[in-house]
Amino acid sequence: MRIETRQEVALWRVLLAPPLAVLAALVLGAGLIIWAGEPVLASYFALLKGSLGSSFALNETLTRSTPLIFTGLAAAVAFRAKFYNIGAEGQLYCGALAATFFGTGLISLPPVLMVPFLMLVGAMSGGAILIVPVLLKTHMKVDEVVTTLLLNFVILLLAGYLLEGPWKDPMSLGWPQAAPIIDEGIWPPLLAKGRLHLGFIFALVAALLAWALMRFTVWGYEIRAVGLNASAAGFAGIGVNATVIRTALISGGLAGLAGVSEVAGLKGYLTLDLSPGFGYAGIAVAMLAQLHPLGVILSAFFISAVYVGADAMSRSTDIPTYIADVLVGLSVLTILVSVMLTRYRIRWS
Amino acid sequence: MTEKSVSVMPLLSFRGITKRFGPLVANDAISLDLNQGEVLALLGENGAGKTTLMNILFGHYVAEEGEILVDGAPLPPGSTDAAIQAGIGMVHQHFTLAENLTVLENITLGTEPLFAWRRDIKAARTKIADMAAEYGLHADPDKLVGALSVGERQRVEILKALYRDARILILDEPTAVLTPQESDSLFETLKKLTAKGLAVIFISHKLNEILNHTNRVVVLRRGAVAGTVTTSEADRAGLARMMVGEEVNRPKVTSMMPGNAVLRLTHVDCQSDSEAQSLKDVSLEIRAHEIIGLAGVAGNGQRTLANLLSGLTTADAGDVEILGAPGVADPTELVRRGVGRIPEDRHATGVVGEMPLWENLISEDRRGAEIARAGFVIDKRRALERSKRLIEEFDIRCEGPEAETRLLSGGNMQKLILARVLSRGPEFILANQPVRGLDEGAIAYVQSRLLQARADGAGVLLISEDLDELFALSDRIAVMYHGRMTPPQDTAGLTVGDVGLLMSGHEAESAHAH
Repeated sequence: MRIETRQEVALWRVLLAPPLAVLAALVLGAGLIIWAGEPVLASYFALLKGSLGSSFALNETLTRSTPLIFTGLAAAVAFRAKFYNIGAEGQLYCGALAATFFGTGLISLPPVLMVPFLMLVGAMSGGAILIVPVLLKTHMKVDEVVTTLLLNFVILLLAGYLLEGPWKDPMSLGWPQAAPIIDEGIWPPLLAKGRLHLGFIFALVAALLAWALMRFTVWGYEIRAVGLNASAAGFAGIGVNATVIRTALISGGLAGLAGVSEVAGLKGYLTLDLSPGFGYAGIAVAMLAQLHPLGVILSAFFISAVYVGADAMSRSTDIPTYIADVLVGLSVLTILVSVMLTRYRIRWS
Repeated sequence: MTEKSVSVMPLLSFRGITKRFGPLVANDAISLDLNQGEVLALLGENGAGKTTLMNILFGHYVAEEGEILVDGAPLPPGSTDAAIQAGIGMVHQHFTLAENLTVLENITLGTEPLFAWRRDIKAARTKIADMAAEYGLHADPDKLVGALSVGERQRVEILKALYRDARILILDEPTAVLTPQESDSLFETLKKLTAKGLAVIFISHKLNEILNHTNRVVVLRRGAVAGTVTTSEADRAGLARMMVGEEVNRPKVTSMMPGNAVLRLTHVDCQSDSEAQSLKDVSLEIRAHEIIGLAGVAGNGQRTLANLLSGLTTADAGDVEILGAPGVADPTELVRRGVGRIPEDRHATGVVGEMPLWENLISEDRRGAEIARAGFVIDKRRALERSKRLIEEFDIRCEGPEAETRLLSGGNMQKLILARVLSRGPEFILANQPVRGLDEGAIAYVQSRLLQARADGAGVLLISEDLDELFALSDRIAVMYHGRMTPPQDTAGLTVGDVGLLMSGHEAESAHAH
């Protein structure tokens, strides 16, 4: 067996690769469903119905996709510059902590100002927490994968301390949760029924802006150049370190927005189970989207649908909800393989 | 290519080897024989199919058609092990040595069984010492390869092949990295090897070497054998014609009145990662309308000097004055000032391969008023217009400005860089190895463009390892050795031998003392 580079990559291959990869992941996942002793097609139908089959299901899928779009963008932008930010989970909590700090009564503004204000402080704190890892990388070549990953636990423990201690809401009947965001800072729901809120629109706008930034601006050009060939970028006069730092701040800011969105849009207050791993899932979202900001919307929707649908499926069958993690994991693997197959061909000899 | 004696079977035969990469036919029904005890030159431009053919021989590629015979027995395709077993040894242009291992360890690496109680170091040592004495390949077996010179490393590569009992030695552009003196010693070794019955395939595009040191020449052109001649009956012009298919005249410098200084280095020191690469007390003046050639074996400070003049680093001591202002570690500022920079490594630092042509053409002025609206939004329409104009003007063969840059051939990639640099009308040009790895046609083009820029009033620093190029293009030539630079001397008063001596450090001390 040998692998050869394709001379030209046809567009239909690029467009067809993600859906085929998802299909392959579902076929591979079928093995586990059979193992669990359930009928494959009926189980997948239950998954589909539970995620898209009703207006309630669709509403829930879109709600869940909101933080995934933000964290997916965080990874997509950073990975383009080859800055491997694995800390979106922690940055999400940073954004949530900032929104809680400023939004529970410390400052009160009319909603038109309060909502953007909380977004701003959330994004800034999500970016700020990345300053140390990114400076360690640019100035001392410390691997950012390690530092950003480990910072997640530091921030989660800090959040745990605050919620069990000084920030604990006395009205919470002993639960570790913070005081609610004041009404002026709450993001309104989009529909009369369901949990979908304004954050979903913000997420779509963020994806659009990220796409425009990467595609049309000097910053996007520099981020891509640094990621593809840092030494050529530096030779051309692009400040490689400055670009990486800038990228990290944008990435951390996007992840911070995910936290603001969950606190001010969905729950109304900060808890320790605010994110069931949205930060980590954002990496899968970005990979599935092949780091394309608009693709992030689709892949966040898909991954959200798998999680929401798996919940429904596990209620009607004997399949545990962990199937969702397996399917997402398989999708990432199959998309990586399919991307390789668009660029290279395999010859059997 | 009739054999002198019919009874002798060729040691190695290629029979109708064809290899395609998509629509490109890299090797087109190539047949050739290699006899015992001869040095066979494989001559051809870049992209003529030399390397592909050798990769097929060594099992890196599998040919679609044809077969290879060693001693009349077919060689299993696609197996490097089989090639080594059959006695084929390859010395790559870029050495495949582990710098943190000793010479002995490098030579024996991969020859020992995977699971063994002990290594028979003594036997290996004896064998290496015998080979070294026999062929004049001296290398201290206990020295770390990282501490060796380029010439010594090449000897280790050859020893490595011989240690595996190679009978056929393939040398891929072996002299590209050597001083003239080191090259001579390599040719001595080859003579001894062939006297013992080894056969050598010598890949090169340097006609002088081929004429002086080989027995037969096979010329490849566009993947096919263009001709086979006995070296003693060959001549330079004939080989060149066979190689390119038509007469190519390389341009030559004509005398011109120099203008004002564009670059002035005064007693410059600049630290680098190694002692030999660090600049020590370098002084140089380059004026408009003149090309200063800088000779030297790779790794003697040229890279540090290039980084300094490219705006990647600043001097530790001394004065750097580039176009009337001090040197700065800011490429954008230097480009704005009128410095044109052609980097040493096109692929690694010259372009971003995965980006389209048009994006690489705007890389140096992406924030300039012409390209960036409000300094932030890239005006793609204008960038595309510029790209189309430059593609035409510089004859860049490509599908268009949206094509991925990595798909360009070496020559066209260099034309792209030339277009980016020269379209701004630079007053000082740093050309670092501008024709390395290019074919004759592209070389002539690049060189004539540099001469044109000189005529238009630019001062040029031409860093090259190709002495022919330096002598053809330079008004004056300086030599670097261990971070020191000899004062530039008029090309007319120099010989290749003089420069070769300076390159290997002779007289460097005394030249510095002046």
